[in-house]
Amino acid sequence: MIKVLYFARIREALGQDEEKIPFDSFVNVRELKAQLMARGGVWETTLGDKKGVLVAVNQEMASLDYTLDDGDEVAFFPPVTGG
Amino acid sequence: MDEDSNNQIAGNTDQTVVVQESVFDSGKEIEKLQVESARVGAVVSFIGVMREFNQSSNVQSMTLEHYPAMTTKSLLKIVEQAKERWGLIRIKVIHRVGEFRPQDPIVFVGVTSEHRGDAFLACEFIMDYLKTQAPFWKKENLVGESRWVDSRQSDEDAANRWNK
Repeated sequence: MIKVLYFARIREALGQDEEKIPFDSFVNVRELKAQLMARGGVWETTLGDKKGVLVAVNQEMASLDYTLDDGDEVAFFPPVTGG
Repeated sequence: MDEDSNNQIAGNTDQTVVVQESVFDSGKEIEKLQVESARVGAVVSFIGVMREFNQSSNVQSMTLEHYPAMTTKSLLKIVEQAKERWGLIRIKVIHRVGEFRPQDPIVFVGVTSEHRGDAFLACEFIMDYLKTQAPFWKKENLVGESRWVDSRQSDEDAANRWNK
């Protein structure tokens, strides 16, 4: 399983902060994101947001090409605004 | 619920990062940095404060969310990069989360070095990287509505200049 987390405006738009997805139909972050966007509606518009969607794998910033392993934690979030 | 139950501390005595809800005492933090080592010749600090006015509206309050499992890890990585680039003695970063009112302090960065140049540069570098890489998000509460704060290109530009 892959644990998927959502934060800030992405979490609010999707109406959930976390889910578990079987690790059997994608290899990297790009394919996972495409699978989520294929749900349509807010999934497509939110994860396809032109303002940018950042990704972390196991709490480290990662690119869409990052190859996933079973048990990984993947987080999707908007550009950060701390400080 | 204990006010500090969400406190997270990571690092060691030379480089410490803290995420907390409660307010910090910047005067005390600066004093500690100053007296800890007889090698210290310079103390540089930065305090980020919540503004009342942003993107042309009056902001009543603000909520700051973070990614708890990643936050201290990401702050430590930034601090370690600063240590590799400059001759530093100590670094302390405190970032608050939760609810804020205008004029509340949000973030503290304190850096010590033997000579001022290293501490000045490292303090600015840490803030520039924190603004673009640490997983915090601000939501502003206006009269009758709330909105997520957009990231700014000027912050990206500020962080990118350190790569030149």
